[in-house]
Amino acid sequence: MADAKPLEDPERNLGARLTFDLSQAGRRACTLPPLDVPEAPLPPANLLRRDLNLPELSQVDLIRYFLALSRLNYSVDTGFYPLGSCTMKYNPKVHEDLARLPGFAQAHPLQPVETVQGALALMYDLQRCLAEITGLDAVSLAPAAGAQGELTGMLIVKAYLADSGQEGRTRVLVPDSAHGTNPATATMAGFQVVTVPSDAQGNTDMAAFVAALDDGVAAMMLTLPNTLGLFCPNIGEIAEMLHRRGALLYGDGANLNALLGRARFGDMGFDVVHMNMHKTFSTPHGGGGPGAGPVAVKGFLAPYLPTPVVEKDGDAFLLAAPERSIGRMGLFHGHFGVLLRAYAYIRTLGAAGLRQVSENAVLNANYVLARLGQTYQLPYDRRCMHEVVFSGSRQRAKGVHTWDIAKRLIDYGFHPPTVYFPLIVDEALMIEPTETESKEALDAFCDALLAIAREVEEEPEVVLGAPHTAPVGRLDEATAARKPVLRWQAP
Amino acid sequence: MTVPYIANTDADRRAMLAAIGVASSDELFDDIPPEFRIEGLSLPPALSEPELVRELSALAERNRPAGAMPSFLGGGAYRHFIPSVVGEVIGRSEFATAYTPYQAEISQGTLQTAFEFQSMVCELTGMDVANAGMYDGASALAEACLMAVGVTGRQRIALLSTVHPHSQAVARTYAFGRGLAVDVMPPDALALGEQHACLAVQQPNFFGCIEDVEALEKAAHTAGALFVASVDPISLGLFRPPGEYAADIVVGDGQSLGVPLSYGGPYVGFFACRQQHLRQMPGRLVGRTTDARGRTGYVLTLQTREQHIRRERATSNICTSQQLVALAATVYLAALGKQGLRQVAELCYHKAHYAADRIAALPGYSLAGGGVFFKEFVVRCPPAAGGPAAINRALLERGIIGGLDVSNQIAGGLLFCVTELNTRQEIDALVEGLGSVNG
Amino acid sequence: MSTPTDRRYTKEHEWVRVDDGVGTVGVTDYAQDQLGDIVYLDLPTPGTPVKLFEKLGEIESVKAVSDFYSPVSGEVVDVNEAVADHPELVNESPYEKGWLVRVRLADPAELDALLTAEQYDALLAEAEAE
Repeated sequence: MADAKPLEDPERNLGARLTFDLSQAGRRACTLPPLDVPEAPLPPANLLRRDLNLPELSQVDLIRYFLALSRLNYSVDTGFYPLGSCTMKYNPKVHEDLARLPGFAQAHPLQPVETVQGALALMYDLQRCLAEITGLDAVSLAPAAGAQGELTGMLIVKAYLADSGQEGRTRVLVPDSAHGTNPATATMAGFQVVTVPSDAQGNTDMAAFVAALDDGVAAMMLTLPNTLGLFCPNIGEIAEMLHRRGALLYGDGANLNALLGRARFGDMGFDVVHMNMHKTFSTPHGGGGPGAGPVAVKGFLAPYLPTPVVEKDGDAFLLAAPERSIGRMGLFHGHFGVLLRAYAYIRTLGAAGLRQVSENAVLNANYVLARLGQTYQLPYDRRCMHEVVFSGSRQRAKGVHTWDIAKRLIDYGFHPPTVYFPLIVDEALMIEPTETESKEALDAFCDALLAIAREVEEEPEVVLGAPHTAPVGRLDEATAARKPVLRWQAP
Repeated sequence: MTVPYIANTDADRRAMLAAIGVASSDELFDDIPPEFRIEGLSLPPALSEPELVRELSALAERNRPAGAMPSFLGGGAYRHFIPSVVGEVIGRSEFATAYTPYQAEISQGTLQTAFEFQSMVCELTGMDVANAGMYDGASALAEACLMAVGVTGRQRIALLSTVHPHSQAVARTYAFGRGLAVDVMPPDALALGEQHACLAVQQPNFFGCIEDVEALEKAAHTAGALFVASVDPISLGLFRPPGEYAADIVVGDGQSLGVPLSYGGPYVGFFACRQQHLRQMPGRLVGRTTDARGRTGYVLTLQTREQHIRRERATSNICTSQQLVALAATVYLAALGKQGLRQVAELCYHKAHYAADRIAALPGYSLAGGGVFFKEFVVRCPPAAGGPAAINRALLERGIIGGLDVSNQIAGGLLFCVTELNTRQEIDALVEGLGSVNG
Repeated sequence: MSTPTDRRYTKEHEWVRVDDGVGTVGVTDYAQDQLGDIVYLDLPTPGTPVKLFEKLGEIESVKAVSDFYSPVSGEVVDVNEAVADHPELVNESPYEKGWLVRVRLADPAELDALLTAEQYDALLAEAEAE
């Protein structure tokens, strides 16, 4: 007789048993039709596998297992994500219905183009919409995510410069506040990274920028607004100076939510920009993807876009290879399933709706700033755009770190904000509410942070030990890194 | 106009503006220099939900999706059976609308399922360790080549000519970034040298043929290069895994594992390698550990490889990947299980051979390859039929999506794919169609 | 933990203790505290030549990776195998069991330019005051 344990016993925790542990020989979760053609002789035995260790589950056990796991997850549909730089806005449900339409879900990427004119028409119109939104001339929908969009953009820069005999431009300027993907991308594109510091107002330090800008610079990568949520007012000057020196300006469009319908990258002098569909354009984050990272460029760079782009010939749409294309970025032509959701979003909002997005995104962030600015230290004493960065330095003086505050927020029912990024702010706490949160949600969140600040003063231990109410407590990450266990092993 | 996805009312906005201390939200955009401010965009007018559904449904209806009719089109994306449990699980918004699991305590659903994916990829491929996924099979192959460069310090990448042309193209794009040379070589004329970091092969290859991987592995290792294998995961239900033929890195695309065709994406790449190369792997890794109360939990680990920590020295720039698609593949593998995956592989194998035999018996048609093949095969079509494009048009009139035109590589060549979803009737109809096209 | 006086220090928080022309190199207690739980060390191979203040290896904690530099010029003669399996030794015993690399000195005069224990402590006190 096995000892039954009640639900709260640690041995009952779901993490202890995987599908492999639940497996019983002979169970199946679905069936297949019998063979309806004569059997062909199998290949020689030395080519075949002898065993395959995958779990065997009944359908009911499979469903219960995965649904139990789903309930351990926080998600946008369960609560607010104040994650700076992530734009975790609500994901419209009608998009899921549209993605399931057989005409979209079952179209094969290599079908003759005459048989998929609807899909191509959608992609063509999305290209046009994204060009309009960014104020640039040509768009590729191929990149699989923001980081791949960045790589695409920087390879376009590299190819363009090589074609004009400028391979000597080997350096890329990157602000010290940049997202880690920027320098990582620059390296993958074969460039050397030169970090440009930010000044006391959180803008690019102009003196340092000028000092770093020489004829060896290929491009600068700028996020606008930057990762501090601040709009650098010198952007026009920076673009002009780069261009005069023969360098290009790359835009990381991760923070586009603040600018929709208000300002356009192309107008400000950007030559190439990537966008994140899973941020600005509401496609679901999926626990870490899939996303999509389309790239928009000024006309002179259009020939370098990745293959393929969607073009129109009379009334017919087709896939084409730009004449100096940097090549393919993926197996096919982009994450159509993600792109169609972004397209549906743009068609739902229209121009007026997109302006309301940026208006409410920026309003919500400034409201959070107003409510919390007396209690949490503001490293930059100025208005923010769609996100606001605080420093937990005041609380650290009491022995409580931003990490602890983040964990304590979980006990209040909130996902923590972005922490320890950007790197230039000590004990950073970055909050991006997005426009889809209501004032009540913002008030509840700010009230929680204010309550935690009081706890830091009066009973710091409850903050230091947090979270107390999550499915698991703080996990031993040191052992996980020292002695990695990365796959199921038979007991 | 009311946007359904914005909760703030005018009253809310007034209250917030008062708290902030400004008269209007326009003031909040003062940092944008006046010369760059715009008043609007030229976009189609906003649509209500019913209008949106009507408009996009009309676009969907303009497609004749291969997945919904008898289809013999493969070439890297496949019409396979997707059990209904897959959609049920990935449709749960707790999975679909969750963020990347940096806050492990409230992301155990995502983390544990990612750990399952890693485990299943290891079992399928016979390798020691696998990551939580890459964008797709092509970029996974490219990143495997870059990893080989990092491990060996060598600057040239060798690809077998029978690797999918699109994967070759992506490898070239990534190699261009790092200034690496790419050498493409036919299987019968390998020319590997001391400068080659890797030899990458595809199994089955682009034409559906099973390569002599033992000979290829020997050649790679003799030259001191890493052996990289890009494999079809369904084939691994039948054929021996790359771990058994000494592959150093194994990649592939998981679209065949419960992922809809979706006009080309999103799919999911898998990436596995030997234990000794663990720290040079790109992509996320999920590890198993415990909390202070001894409860088992899962957490992102070895993050110091990645861009958010190592920045310009990261193993890759990859950030957002394909987590929800990896979950689909995980549910698929759990639903089919050890018996089911073997059965799918056998169905594909026998049906493809039945189709190949019947087509080869048609006057004027012949099989291009010899030897063992799986799921796909190339047929040389009789010139009198007018060429692959003409043949496919004729088949389409019969309501059949034909094979992939590969006549740029094999004269008169059509690459046919047959899966467990192609019934005998469909195959017989294809044969009849091919027979009647021939002059 | 008090700063041992039998060795010299660098501004980047490395220490070196010389016996018979061979310097044992490690990182200070302050360094290990700043890094947090150390999970991995990337150490050079014996035979590698090193120059003064050149990068010697990398120390990884869960959330950060940090280069460490050689306090002396010379040749690597030994690395601490124990910390490969037990990186926590660097946290627990940074001055003894958690040593990292041994270097045969090319120029003992270099030691004079390094900080004494007293000078290193003063440096830390200044940093804390900021």
